[in-house]
Amino acid sequence: MNETSVNTGADHRSGGSSDRQIVFEDVSKFYGDVLGVNRVNLSIPPGITSLVGPNGSGKTTLMNLMTGLVRPTRGRISVLGMAPDEPERLFHEVGYCTQFDSFPRGLTGYQFVYSYLRLFGYRHARAADLATQAIERVSLADAANRKIAGYSKGMRQRIKLAQALCHNPSVLVLDEPLNGLDPLIRAETIALFRTLAQAGLHLIISSHVLHEVDVISDQVVLLSNGYVVAEGPIHSVRDEIEEHPMQILIRCNKPDELASRVFQQNCVVEARLHADGRGVLVKARDADRFYLMLNHIAQNGISIESVAPADDDVLSVYEYLVGTEESTK
Amino acid sequence: MSQRPWGLWRSQVRAVMRLEMKKILLSRRGLWVYLLALAPVLIYAAHSFDQLRKGEPCDIGQDTHIFAGVFQLFFLRLSIFFGCVGIFLNLFRGEMLEKSLHYYFLAPVRREILVAGKFLSGLLAAMFIFGTSIVLQFFALYCHFDASTRQEYFVHGHGLGHLAAYVGVTLLACAGYGSVFLAAGVLFRNPLIPTLVVLTLEAISGFLPQTLQHLSVIFYLKSLCPVAVPAEIFMGKGNPLALLAVNPTPASAATAILGLLVLSFAVLVFSSVRVRRLEIDYGTE
Repeated sequence: MNETSVNTGADHRSGGSSDRQIVFEDVSKFYGDVLGVNRVNLSIPPGITSLVGPNGSGKTTLMNLMTGLVRPTRGRISVLGMAPDEPERLFHEVGYCTQFDSFPRGLTGYQFVYSYLRLFGYRHARAADLATQAIERVSLADAANRKIAGYSKGMRQRIKLAQALCHNPSVLVLDEPLNGLDPLIRAETIALFRTLAQAGLHLIISSHVLHEVDVISDQVVLLSNGYVVAEGPIHSVRDEIEEHPMQILIRCNKPDELASRVFQQNCVVEARLHADGRGVLVKARDADRFYLMLNHIAQNGISIESVAPADDDVLSVYEYLVGTEESTK
Repeated sequence: MSQRPWGLWRSQVRAVMRLEMKKILLSRRGLWVYLLALAPVLIYAAHSFDQLRKGEPCDIGQDTHIFAGVFQLFFLRLSIFFGCVGIFLNLFRGEMLEKSLHYYFLAPVRREILVAGKFLSGLLAAMFIFGTSIVLQFFALYCHFDASTRQEYFVHGHGLGHLAAYVGVTLLACAGYGSVFLAAGVLFRNPLIPTLVVLTLEAISGFLPQTLQHLSVIFYLKSLCPVAVPAEIFMGKGNPLALLAVNPTPASAATAILGLLVLSFAVLVFSSVRVRRLEIDYGTE
């Protein structure tokens, strides 16, 4: 094999921008009579995109669809301009760390990554280099020559991650990648994700640990029962939920006085003292207008220490949206 | 993508084979395939040992017919048949059960190349196991004859020619049954059903219309066997098993070889098309 014929992610990243997105057009997937996902329309830009939803909401199905492990019943998918049913092209650009916790028998961590790279057509030296680099990136160098069968859950998770990123793909699809990792490795892995996203990669991450999603994501796709409930940067998604007034926590030196003043404003629905007595929790219909008023209100000896949205995280947004969806059914 | 796809494909086939050969040849689960292959060797070795102990060597012609019968009725129909079930059915179905097939599907490898790599791995392994067995069987059966009889049979007679023919039939059998069971592993969840269906069809192939006989692997193999099985010597007249060895309309050697290779290739092309559309859905396995 001539190594120059292997199309690397780096080559592709320098290309034009028209095919830089992952696009789902009216995609549905049914497993017999069982719905996987339905009528999904998405356009995913570079950066970290989290797929959020409970078990069975369609996260893994979306990932399997974009990597060609399953085929859509209807609709069209394009990953950087490529169809997922062309693995020979797609997987030069895409790495997928699946949720399946099974491995080819009898291999060490190093052999697992190395043999995968040989399938690309890389020669021994190149495959060995890339395998070593990938294993070092996931902090597994010490255990690289041990059999995977003896790995802990966290180590298995990391060797799968090493395999997914060993060929320097442009798109990394990661199904629950932080499962089983201890806090230190978790932090290192999140930092690795950030570095990769800053380098212009697409990272598609599924998670049901919502506070992690908040920390990691540039944008989110919220899923419920196979449907996309909302998508975009989490703050934008929150802004669009008008039926739930925005909650804002204001820390100040005179919370009771601030609460009474705030409550007189038209855009405020509710103002109550925080449980710890050192702040006011305000529900405002128009958050932007409230922020403008706040400077005017906060005079006459009231000293404001901090103002922060209290419910524009993924957990709150998900509760509002999925709760609303289900209550309307 | 590549300026030299054949070079890339060769390299990918070799990469698949490196992984698969190790799994097939060194797997503990595959031990029974070795036992199936070595069973006739042990029987012949016991026979030779018995003759040597008695000091009464057999008639070499009779042993040659016995070999032909064991080869057609046991080795081809049971050893190689079930050996190929064990090797080739697991190439895809086994990986689905172990939930490890997706690793191949997540590599930039054409699915057709994957089928080719897996088939060649199975074929090489089966050829090694059963080809070695045939050579050992010859050695075990004829070792009790004295040197001059052996020399007469192997050097001046048909011995080496028969050996070459049996090895050739064995390799073709591995290719034929291998392609069939690789396809069965792709198509069926329960391996028992295709195995029984193929076993039955192969058993009754002699009674099928001639066109259908051409879809049977054993039809071609029987046509290529160098020694016909004399039913009256081997099993006695009227024994229904004798029908298994009879080939009422044998094909010429060239037709048989070409026919079997075409049949195997067609089955592999069909498998490739199916694998190209195969989805990973371990939940239903």
